[in-house]
Amino acid sequence: MNPIAAIGRLSLDIFGEIGRMTTFAVEGALAAVTPPFYWRPFLQSLARIGYASLPVVGLTAIFTGGALALNIYEGSIFPDANAFIPQILGVSIVRELGPVLASLMVAGRCSSAMAAEIGAMRVTQQIDAMSTLSVNPFRYLVGPRILATTIAMPILVLIADIIGVYGGYLVSVYLLDMSAPIYINALIDFISHDDVTSGLIKATVFGFLIAVTGCYYGYRSGGGATGVGNATRTAVVAAAVLIFAANYALTSLFVDF
Amino acid sequence: MSEQTAKIEISGLHKSFGANHVLRGIDLDVAPGKSLVVIGGSGSGKSVLLKSVLGLIKPDRGTMKVDGRDVARHSASDKKFVAEQTGMLFQGSALFDSLTVWENVAFRLLYGEHKSRTKSKDKAIDCLAQVGLTAEVGELRPSELSGGMQKRVSLARAIAADPQILFFDEPTTGLDPIMSDVINNLIVDRVKAIGATAVSITHDMKSACKIADEIAMLYQGVIIWRGPPDELEDSGNPMVDQFVHGRADGPIQMQVRRYGKK
Ligand SMILES: Nc1ncnc2c1ncn2[C@@H]1O[C@H](COP(=O)(O)OP(=O)(O)OP(=O)(O)O)[C@@H](O)[C@H]1O
Ligand SMILES: [Mg+2]
Repeated sequence: MNPIAAIGRLSLDIFGEIGRMTTFAVEGALAAVTPPFYWRPFLQSLARIGYASLPVVGLTAIFTGGALALNIYEGSIFPDANAFIPQILGVSIVRELGPVLASLMVAGRCSSAMAAEIGAMRVTQQIDAMSTLSVNPFRYLVGPRILATTIAMPILVLIADIIGVYGGYLVSVYLLDMSAPIYINALIDFISHDDVTSGLIKATVFGFLIAVTGCYYGYRSGGGATGVGNATRTAVVAAAVLIFAANYALTSLFVDF
Repeated sequence: MSEQTAKIEISGLHKSFGANHVLRGIDLDVAPGKSLVVIGGSGSGKSVLLKSVLGLIKPDRGTMKVDGRDVARHSASDKKFVAEQTGMLFQGSALFDSLTVWENVAFRLLYGEHKSRTKSKDKAIDCLAQVGLTAEVGELRPSELSGGMQKRVSLARAIAADPQILFFDEPTTGLDPIMSDVINNLIVDRVKAIGATAVSITHDMKSACKIADEIAMLYQGVIIWRGPPDELEDSGNPMVDQFVHGRADGPIQMQVRRYGKK
């Protein structure tokens, strides 16, 4: 086959996929914020995505905070290295690591679960059955999940921020002999509102992306158990890549202003 | 019958999946308040026919009218129009496995018509009783039921909102003879008492004769015979005859290799 034609076909495929996913995302966002609202699936999603993700997000954050404190201490060329720990650690966690790592963990848990759940419903004709019962399956299945994840993610990240900074505190105070008031004061001095806000805006966008990819691949899946397996895998990979890409885009946006 | 407008009117319906030309010009109409049974070999396209009318499969060609409205364009509003008055029993039950049995039955009431949970539950338990299932079964999950029970739940779900049109894809397959007769009675009652229009698919000739006002046979993508149940026995059509009596030899040749033959 002509290599140029092959490249052309591949890029057409990629652009086609991006186009379809964008349409899906826009329709999903509309379904999430316009009536009819389906409270029950919304609350269930909120519990499953938000509440149940707390342990894994918390563990990720506390170890990351601790490791970061050690790294900053080790890597510093200044003699009073531990004075920098709260500043560097706080900003890194709140602006980057909190939102990105928490979102990746939630993507691993929830994009896959959404793709598998909705995919299984597709291949067992439950989605068809739903539309014959006068309920729009897109609105019932996709809307509540998008809304729940988009709301849950910034809250999870806020908690991850606090736990991550606390992980750094534990290492600094108990291992590196820093005094607790100094750590806390340095942190309060150096972390600005904007740092926290930018992290939470990222989290909101990542939450939206997690739900959109999970639902998109599930909704379009076919071909029995293998198809659902493929959908699940693709959803997690796509969610992770989109999170990294969006993180770069948002960071460059925030740095500019 | 022809002076009355048909509830469902299909003409020249074609559908292929790749090279597999399944429906090759179906012409079929069902008058309001009548019960039509479609028979035909496995894989002949009976399920595809029902799904086409519901808008779940997009036909290639042909017209389909429901209540006089052309729904063949496959638009969202067409599907909604059909869904609002139709109850469908899927061949594979297609129950929502994340919900309890009663929530399955009440799904349309709860989320389509936004009725209260207590009211919907009462109605669901009433429908479950009509298919011989107790209120305790209503609290279980579909995965905790036997195949025949799942089928009956699916049937209860199809009738729960008292739809004007009923589509049953093999309602009695997998049920014991007594329960089959109960379900057949239920279908007959629905058609007689509520005046619903029913299209059922079945392989069971006894059921077919019991629930049908008319029987239509699908073979090689077209309706090859149509008539009342009492003419089924001597239809004069050799293919119908072979099918009804279940004979391996006849004009319909199955693509199978017999053991020991080349
Ligand atoms: N979604 C699909 N994609 C591809 N082919 C399909 C699809 N659905 C049905 N078919 C094909 O259409 C044909 C008719 O299928 P259908 O399910 O309508 O058969 P049926 O008459 O209901 O048979 P049975 O009595 O076994 O249920 C089969 O050859 C099947 O392979
Ligand atoms: Mg079938």
